[in-house]
Amino acid sequence: MSDISSEAKARHWSRTRGLTILVLVIWAIFAFILPWNAKALNEISFLGFPLGYYLIVQGSLIVFVLLIFFQNWRQDAIDDEAGVGEE
Amino acid sequence: MIKGSFIENLGRVYAMYTGGFLVFVALMAILEQMGVGADTIGILFVAFTVVIYALIGWLSRTMQVDAYYVAGREVPAVYNGMATAADWMSGASFVALAGGIYFGGYGYLGFIVGWTGGYVLVNSLMAPYLRKFGCYTVPDFIGTRYGGNVARFCAVVILVVASFTYVTAQINASGTIAARALHIPFEFGVWIGLLGILLCSMLGGMRAVTWTQVAQYIVLIIAYLVPVFWMSNKQGFGMIPHFSYGDAVARIQELEPLVSLGVAATESAPFGGVRILTTPHNDPQGGMDSWKFVSLAFCMMAGTASLPHILMRYFTTPSVRAARKSVAYSLFFIFLLYFTAPALATLTKLQLLDPTLPTAIIGQSFEAVKSLAWVQNWESVNMLWLSDSNGDGILQLNEFFMRPDIVVLATPEIAGLPYVISGLVAAGGLAAAMSTADGLLLAIANALSHDLYYKIIDPKADTKHRLVVARILLVGIGCAAALVASLQLTGILGAVAWAFCFAASGLFFPLVLGVWWKRANTQGAIAGMICGFVAGSAYLYLIHNGIIEPIYAIDGLRFALIGMPVSLIAMVVVSLMTPAPDAETQAMVDEVRIPSGGTILDAKH
Repeated sequence: MSDISSEAKARHWSRTRGLTILVLVIWAIFAFILPWNAKALNEISFLGFPLGYYLIVQGSLIVFVLLIFFQNWRQDAIDDEAGVGEE
Repeated sequence: MIKGSFIENLGRVYAMYTGGFLVFVALMAILEQMGVGADTIGILFVAFTVVIYALIGWLSRTMQVDAYYVAGREVPAVYNGMATAADWMSGASFVALAGGIYFGGYGYLGFIVGWTGGYVLVNSLMAPYLRKFGCYTVPDFIGTRYGGNVARFCAVVILVVASFTYVTAQINASGTIAARALHIPFEFGVWIGLLGILLCSMLGGMRAVTWTQVAQYIVLIIAYLVPVFWMSNKQGFGMIPHFSYGDAVARIQELEPLVSLGVAATESAPFGGVRILTTPHNDPQGGMDSWKFVSLAFCMMAGTASLPHILMRYFTTPSVRAARKSVAYSLFFIFLLYFTAPALATLTKLQLLDPTLPTAIIGQSFEAVKSLAWVQNWESVNMLWLSDSNGDGILQLNEFFMRPDIVVLATPEIAGLPYVISGLVAAGGLAAAMSTADGLLLAIANALSHDLYYKIIDPKADTKHRLVVARILLVGIGCAAALVASLQLTGILGAVAWAFCFAASGLFFPLVLGVWWKRANTQGAIAGMICGFVAGSAYLYLIHNGIIEPIYAIDGLRFALIGMPVSLIAMVVVSLMTPAPDAETQAMVDEVRIPSGGTILDAKH
C-alpha cells in the first residue's frame, strides 16, 4: 500500500478521471462523429483525398495513435505530481 | 540462453533476426533467378519461418509459473507492443482486410476505425489497472475484484466461447496458407498449422509466445509493406503511397460508372466464396450507412477492449507505466498495417480497372485475361472465376468473380512482381494467423488451468502439476479448434466479428466498472456477465437462424449492441439492489487506481 493521504489519492483520481474523459471525448469525435458525417466531409479535399474518406482510412487512426501517447504523457505527469509515479 | 542477458540484448537479437530474414529473402530472390520453381520457394518460405518460430519457442521453455503465465513480467514496452500487434493482427487482418475494403467500400472501413480506436479504450479504461492488479488471466481479475468462484467461472466461460470462436478462424487461416504453400489438402494443412502453433507455445507458455510473436510481427509487417511499396513505385505513386493515393481514389470513382459498377451478375460461380465487385469505393450515403459504420466500429472497439488474449499481453510488462506505454506502441505497430490496407485495396482495384494501365483486365479481351498466369493460378484453386456471360469477348466487371482474400495474396502476381514476393506474403499471412492463434490458445488454456483447475478445482496443486495441466489443456484445445476449423463452418471474418461481440457483451462492463465504479459488487458483476452474454448470444441465434429479422441493421457483426446495454443495466441494477462491497474490496479498488506500490495479487499467487 502506498503511503500518500486519502485526499491526495482522491485528487489524483479526479485528475485521472478528468484526463480520461477528455481523451474519450476526442476519441468519440474521431471514431464516431466525423465518420458519421463522411458524406458531407467528402466535399472537402485534404491532401488530394476527399476528407471523409481520408479520415477513416488514415486521419482518425493517426489521431488515435497520437492520443494515446498524449494521454500517457499527461497521466505520467499526474502520477508524478501526486507522488505515485513508479520510476 | 541466459535470461537476463537476453532481455538486455533484445535489440541486437532482433536486429540480427531481421537482417537474417532479409538475407533469406534475398537468397530466395537469387534462387528464383537461377530458375528454382515457385512451389519450392513457397515451401522454403513457410518452412524456414516456422522452424525459426519453433526454435524460439524451444529456447524459451520454462517451468516457472510466472514465466509461463506472464513471461516473468519483464517484457519491455516496445517489444510488448510488437508482440501485441502480432497477437492482434490475425489471419483475417492480414489476408482479408484489404479484400474487405476492396469489396466493401465505406461500410467495411468501420473495421479499420474499430480495430484501431479500440486501443484508446484499452489504454484509458483497462490495461494500466489490470497490470496494477497483477493477475495472470482476465478471469483472475474478475475473481479477485468481485470475489467468489461463480464470478470467476462466468468470466472463464465467456473467455472460452469468445476466444474459441476466434481461434478456429485463425487455425482455418493458417491451414489455408499452409495447404497452398505446401500443396497439401486443406484438412492436412490445418493440422500442420496447429503443429507449428503448438511448437511456439507449449514449452514456454507466455514467455515463448511473446518472443515468437515479436519475430512474427517483424515477418508480417515486412511481408505486408514490401509489396505495397514495390507496386506503388512501379505505378508512379511514389515510394510510400499512403499520403498520395488520393488521385487513385478519384480515378476509381471516375471509372466506376464507365465499367458499369453495380450491374448484377447474370451467372453465378460454380463454387462458393467468390463474388463480383458491386460496392462503390467511396460513396457513403449518410443515414443508414453512417449508422452501420458507427455501430460496427463501436462493437469492434468494445470487443478489442474486452478480448482476453489482448488484455493479458499487458500483464507481461515490468510496470504500470510500461503497460500504458506498450499500448501506445501496440497501436503504432498495428497502425502501420491498418493504414496500408486501404492503400493496397485502392491500388489493386485501380490496376484491374484502369484501361490505361498494363495490368488492367476489366474491359479487355476475355481470352487474353483468361490466359494470364495469375488468373489461371487462382482459378485452379477456386479462388477466382470468370465467364463471358454476354458472349461479347470482353471481360466485364460483372463477369469477374474473386475471393476477397486474394487481394492481398495475389497482388504481387497481378502487379507482375517476382514470385519471391508471393512467398514472402504467404509467410507473412502465416505469421499473422499463427501469432494470433497462439495468443488465443494460451488465453483459453491459461484460464482453464489457472482459474478453473488451480483456483476452483484443486487449489493445493503444486507448480509442476499446474504447468503440466496447462500444457495438456493447450494441446487438447488446439486439437479441438483444428477439428472445428477442418469442418469449415463459417468464413474467416464472420467468426472473428462474433468473437468481438461475445467478449464485449459479457466482459466489457464487468471489467470497466470493476475499476471505475467502486459500488459494483459480486452479484452485479455476475448478473452483468450472464445477462449480457446470454442476451447477445440469444439475439445472434435468432438472427443467424432467420427466426427474427435484424433490428436496426444489428446483425451478426454487431450483436454486442444488444448484449452490452443488457449487461450494463443488469450490472448496475443488481449491484444497487444488493449490499455494497466490503471495505477491503473498496480499498483494493483505491489501490488499483494508483500506479505505484506492489501489485494487488502477489507474484506467485
